[in-house]
Amino acid sequence: MNEHETPASGASGEVATAHDFGRDAVRLDEGHVEGHGGIPERFANPGLPPHIPRGTDLSEAAAKRAEKQVAALFGLSILGTLIFIVAYFAVDIREITYIPGIGDMGRQHVLLGLGMTLALLGIGFGAVHWAKTLMPDEEVIEMRHEMRSSDKDRAAVVQILKDGGEDAQINRRPLIKYTLGGAMGLFAVPLLLPVLGGLGPMPQKSLSLTFWNGGPSGPGEEPTFKPMRLMRDPENTPIKASDVTIGSVFHVLPEGLLDLEHGVLEEKGKAAVLLMRLDPKDIKSQKELDWGHQGIVAYSKICTHVGCPVGLYEQQTHHLLCPCHQSTFDVTDDCKVIFGPAKRALPQLKITVDDAGYLVSEKPFAEAVGPSFWERG
Amino acid sequence: MVGLFLTGAVYSAFAPRPAEAATVTADKVDEGKQLFLANCASCHGINAEGRATGFGDNVAGPALAGVGAAAVDFQMGTGRMPMRAPTAQAPRSETIKFSQEQIDAVAAYVASLAPGPAVPSEEMVDPTKGDPAKGGDLYRVNCAMCHNSSGSGGALTRGKYAPTLMGVAPKDIYQAMETGPQSMPVFNDTNISPEGKRDIIAFLTTLDKSESPGGLTLGSLGPVSEGMFAWIFGLGILIGCAVWLGNKAA
Repeated sequence: MNEHETPASGASGEVATAHDFGRDAVRLDEGHVEGHGGIPERFANPGLPPHIPRGTDLSEAAAKRAEKQVAALFGLSILGTLIFIVAYFAVDIREITYIPGIGDMGRQHVLLGLGMTLALLGIGFGAVHWAKTLMPDEEVIEMRHEMRSSDKDRAAVVQILKDGGEDAQINRRPLIKYTLGGAMGLFAVPLLLPVLGGLGPMPQKSLSLTFWNGGPSGPGEEPTFKPMRLMRDPENTPIKASDVTIGSVFHVLPEGLLDLEHGVLEEKGKAAVLLMRLDPKDIKSQKELDWGHQGIVAYSKICTHVGCPVGLYEQQTHHLLCPCHQSTFDVTDDCKVIFGPAKRALPQLKITVDDAGYLVSEKPFAEAVGPSFWERG
Repeated sequence: MVGLFLTGAVYSAFAPRPAEAATVTADKVDEGKQLFLANCASCHGINAEGRATGFGDNVAGPALAGVGAAAVDFQMGTGRMPMRAPTAQAPRSETIKFSQEQIDAVAAYVASLAPGPAVPSEEMVDPTKGDPAKGGDLYRVNCAMCHNSSGSGGALTRGKYAPTLMGVAPKDIYQAMETGPQSMPVFNDTNISPEGKRDIIAFLTTLDKSESPGGLTLGSLGPVSEGMFAWIFGLGILIGCAVWLGNKAA
């Protein structure tokens, strides 16, 4: 509605006229006018609107009908619960049934869901329908009272506490008072212990090390570096440099990781590497070329944002995309971040070829892989 | 230069069997060349040497020497080529303008330019001969990050995407791994062995056939489609209930 078409003062009885607010009241869209206090001393309480009785208040037949409707809804709930129980025991979990609009799905799932829906909705809708049609709906005013107790009651409570303390001799026998305080205070420690203890051992150097450092790199481990072959995941076979053709991507783990007895996932989460071969002409970074082997480059697969596996390699654009938050790394330029929330380039693993022609690591990662942490050097 | 030479040498040494050269006649290659000139040369060049668009280093069509018959059979057999418009990615199409014979002819011509991956035999892509459990292991490491753990595809950067693998012919899955079409990396036979590829095909066929006991899959696309469903229907029902609760009875 266009405001210029609105009458300056309401013609209908519903709208307050200018007269109600004094002669000088102005509309807000007519500019600022100095007022003279045209507001009444006190607004009268308009009171409650007149009570309108419902159909069920007036006619017994309508009330009977509402009663039956509520009972029907509760009955529906009973039926739903029975369907649930029967479906749970009598329907085979492997049976498949066709539901129009959805397609094939497990028959037991359908009946369990349907039963539970009817059971809960029946109770809820029945209760609400009961309240709306049959329970009293007269508007009632309850005045607010002060929450504070009377001074006399408050003094009495303090006196009771004081007397109790006196009777228990807590002030006369300080030994009891202090040992009780000590016992209660110390009891907080066992409550906190499992919380702090449950955080596990301190990580120590393990966040800065990976399996490429020479072996298991958990807390307290001190691996010594040795060149490790790059192994295919999950086949656990070494990779010849000649196997990696241009445009290929290999998912790589260090030699020996998959043979570990335990802690395989923890080590995999830090040591996973992506091996790609690009045309050396496409690589812009000299360091990337030097740390690779004839265009074969190995980068950590762990995103520097929050540690998701960065596995989406586009062989035409040479973009590496992280599926979690769309951080994009440029493989032609030392895996620098070109889009997304990651802040640091992916660490490169320096690789070379051993006497048998297999790809091996020449150095461990030069920096910590994965997301940032406080002590990161 | 040394790198280039080595790559070439290595590639020819390890390139899969040259494309059925023995069975292809010179006539077929000629027919393929005629079809190529009429349908493909405008982007890929008259001698399949590739062409630039002239805008920056954008390429109208890449050089085709060495892509092999498998690449041609995949691109033309799934309706991706000839590309309809210069978009971020050539989409799969159900309307294939060429008969299998014509596609074979173009494939024979392209394969005659330089050795490349051949079209796999029936047996190499037979899902009943593969091990779906092993294929699942390989799939989760090598494919799932782009094509989604349920094989229903996903988004890449700047308008590109990994297409769904449901309802794709086993031969096309094999050829895609072998040749690395568009954004997809190459998974040559030293990376995933031919048996491994067949295992992956067996796994995908099992996925394709499996029913969904939980009802609507909402495209198996994960939190985006599921979240939207919850927002629209879940919140819609809650708002409806709130309105009904607030109304006075008649």
